[in-house]
Amino acid sequence: MTQQNLIVIGNGMVGHHFLEQLAESGQADGFHVTVLGEERHIAYDRVHLSEYFQGKSADDLAFSTADQYAQWGFELRLNTAATAIDREARTLTLDRGETLPYDKLVLATGSYPFVPPIEGNDREDCLVYRTLDDLDAIREAASRSNTGVVVGGGLLGLEAANALRELDLDTAVVEFAPRLMPVQVDEEGGGILREKIEELGVQVLTGRATQRIEAGTNARHQMVFQDDRLLETDLVVFSAGIRPRDELARDAGLTMGERGGVVIDDHCRTSDPDVLAIGEVALWNDSIFGLVGPGYQMAKAALDTLTGGDRAFTGADMSTKLKLMGVDVGAIGDAHGNQNPGARFYRYTNGIAQEYRKLVVSADGKQLLGAMLVGDNSYYDTLLQYALNGLELPDNPESLILPASEGGAPALGVDALPETAGICSCHNVTKGDIVQYVHDGYTSVGDVKAATKAGTGCGGCAGQLKEIVDHEMAALGMEVDNSVCEHFQYTRQELEHIIRVEGIHDFHTLLKNHGHGLGCDICKPAVASILASTWNDYVLNPEHVGLQDTNDTFLANMQKDGTFSVVPRVAGGEITPDKLITLGEVAKEFELYTKITGGQRVDLFGAKLNDLPSIWQRLVDAGFETGHAYGKALRTVKSCVGSTWCRYGVQDSVQLAIDLEHRYKGIRAPHKIKFGVSGCTRECAEAQSKDFGVIATENGWNLYVAGNGGMRPRHADLFAQDLDTDSLIRFVDRFMMLYIRTADRLQRTARWLENLEGGLDYVYDVVVNDSLGIAEDLDNQMARLIENYQCEWKTTLEDPDKLKRFRQMINDDGDDPYVVTVEEREQPRPAKAEEKLERIPAVSV
Amino acid sequence: MTHQNEWTPVGSRADLVPGAGIGARFGDRQVAIFYIPELEQSLFAVDNYCPISGVNIIARGIVGDIEGEPVVATPLYKKHFSLLDGRCLEDARYRIRTYAVRLEGDQLQLAPQEQGQGAAA
Repeated sequence: MTQQNLIVIGNGMVGHHFLEQLAESGQADGFHVTVLGEERHIAYDRVHLSEYFQGKSADDLAFSTADQYAQWGFELRLNTAATAIDREARTLTLDRGETLPYDKLVLATGSYPFVPPIEGNDREDCLVYRTLDDLDAIREAASRSNTGVVVGGGLLGLEAANALRELDLDTAVVEFAPRLMPVQVDEEGGGILREKIEELGVQVLTGRATQRIEAGTNARHQMVFQDDRLLETDLVVFSAGIRPRDELARDAGLTMGERGGVVIDDHCRTSDPDVLAIGEVALWNDSIFGLVGPGYQMAKAALDTLTGGDRAFTGADMSTKLKLMGVDVGAIGDAHGNQNPGARFYRYTNGIAQEYRKLVVSADGKQLLGAMLVGDNSYYDTLLQYALNGLELPDNPESLILPASEGGAPALGVDALPETAGICSCHNVTKGDIVQYVHDGYTSVGDVKAATKAGTGCGGCAGQLKEIVDHEMAALGMEVDNSVCEHFQYTRQELEHIIRVEGIHDFHTLLKNHGHGLGCDICKPAVASILASTWNDYVLNPEHVGLQDTNDTFLANMQKDGTFSVVPRVAGGEITPDKLITLGEVAKEFELYTKITGGQRVDLFGAKLNDLPSIWQRLVDAGFETGHAYGKALRTVKSCVGSTWCRYGVQDSVQLAIDLEHRYKGIRAPHKIKFGVSGCTRECAEAQSKDFGVIATENGWNLYVAGNGGMRPRHADLFAQDLDTDSLIRFVDRFMMLYIRTADRLQRTARWLENLEGGLDYVYDVVVNDSLGIAEDLDNQMARLIENYQCEWKTTLEDPDKLKRFRQMINDDGDDPYVVTVEEREQPRPAKAEEKLERIPAVSV
Repeated sequence: MTHQNEWTPVGSRADLVPGAGIGARFGDRQVAIFYIPELEQSLFAVDNYCPISGVNIIARGIVGDIEGEPVVATPLYKKHFSLLDGRCLEDARYRIRTYAVRLEGDQLQLAPQEQGQGAAA
């Protein structure tokens, strides 16, 4: 088959989506695909661009890799712009003079930020907010600045303002319209939004037209407004809307819209059927669609146009749900009510809680035409479904926007939705699609997500997706079975609740009253962990000993040859020379292999079961404590040297690390817990890859949560900023306790938070605002755990009865003769199978 | 049927740990002895040698039941061996020996399975 030359100009979100769809369609073989990207980065997530300032890297935001493109068989040329289309010759000219022949062309050039034509807009440090390179420029300029102004108070403008705020600039937003976000909200909503933004320390100036920008007196620039008032600033970011990147199309003589944009039909064809356009450069029905969802739909329609499918683009819902600087804003359909003559309104304003909601309903009161939300988006999903599906409104529509305490209606259940209800607008997935997948055997949210891509665009539909999957499984009679194992018909969280509320202190009682059988290697360690984190009894008490995994039983980590590794606690990674010498002496005496761990301590490998008590006697005598490397518990608090030694350090990170490690040591959790504390933003302790990360600031500490290294790395989320040490500890206490109470067995904080309904906001509300009224309870439980700490090795060494178990054989004091080591790199290591054969006398089997 | 002198004393009642295992030398072999007080037959003995990992560690495993059958989970790879007949529930290639075990007064005794009556195969 001869291949058609297909060139995709632009490697943004929509262009990438087109390529991904093409690769997955199985029809890519019909094309020789060339992709041109003007930026040096491969397609990345522009919707979450602001996270670049919260610590995400370009790689984190990237949608793909050059390797993936190569695997798809697509030729990717980054740093390459197209300069001219010759439609006669069907060639494309590139910025370095090269020409490429094409059969089909897809324009996905997107848009550029509009910079108002005012005098001085080209001065130094007058920037825009659109690409990763723009953000680098903003960051660099901010490092030399104290103040910053964003021109434009729309969605992107507020995002840019938040970025400047996070870069520690005194920030102001200047908006030409009389209110913020004029497209999404009305005057009253804009007023509430303004109050909330101002509370965050951002100055808001509305109704201001900038006349010119000139040299300032105290700052680099001053902005002069129409009324001759002045605003001094070091840095200006323009975010006054976008314009289509349509110059290629214009020069090629394609039909254009009056105000720009390449005109396309329902099949994304321009006036030249061999040239297609998708995304923000395309003008459909006189509209530019500046959201990613419609762009993705265009990408699918364009793909079908090229491959003979039948999907078309027939417009898209422009409803939006946003969280800007922590403030919810939502707009659905005809939110202003100015497109439907005769429309009627309901409004709810709460000046104290700073919430505003508006319904736009049809003249007969039966249909929802639009809605506007400021301050609380929890009403959004239900309202959107009413609007999109034309569901008939209840008799008193106002109940849809009233708080529950005022007679508000409960949220619309997913069973009330028609099959055609759109759930994921980014990937165009309906309720019916999700239901079908569940019927076809995709029985977890993760499976359905992977199969449909629902919830993987902007993520706004994740909650509804889960509800539908759960609801459908229940409807099919499939138990959503989260039971721990066959012995308990409960989840870990339910077991935790039973144990705490009924005051159960041992496995036997729990099993007798709430389970059956003997238990197993799944439920026993899980219950042991819950008991430990509820009561913190000694884990080797007779009633607990049989519940423990081998590592907990012997307070050491069993390795592949059956010997153990020993890791004493080295809090914060700080260790005296004397203690280091002790570790060396012990290692030599017991012939242990030594290695430094990633958590800034020393691991001693190859300890025989019989030797563990003698080794620990030496360590305890020298002042060491157990390091809990064997337990699902706090492991280490990694730290940098901080302000004590480092010229950049702004706080004593070592002291805090030591204090945190001693506070939380020994506490059993659903899985291991790691901390990091960095003394400045250079982040040498890699705290953002830990369950709890702390980074020093000039004013205190920033707390990050739910990071993870390992198989599925996760960057930690910023939880709170500039905390004093007491607040930091209080928040960590509560967060950790909540995790311990509600996580599944062997679920790290990262996965827990990802799966938690409400996510970070919910946890923040519980921890900081005590929204569940359990803060005191959490504090008390943590206090009890800390009070009951004991070094398990010290306790064990004092109890001859416990030491009895540290024997390979009850009737032979010798070591296990089948444990054999050989020397490698001047240290012992376990013998391999063939080496063992030479060294052990034949065993009769 | 059983002859008293064919039982070998390996330890005492005090060596047993309820709900858990201990290791004992039995001739040139190592045996894991489990004490599960909840069951009528409360003592079980199998090879301490785990054929999956090639290490003597079965005594360190967690005991429990799978659908009523008493089992021990191997501590390195979390597979289950039946305490009744020594078969591996997940992988038919593996099987460990069972032994007869009993308390005679306070004395803990082992015997080869053929001789004893401890574990009904």
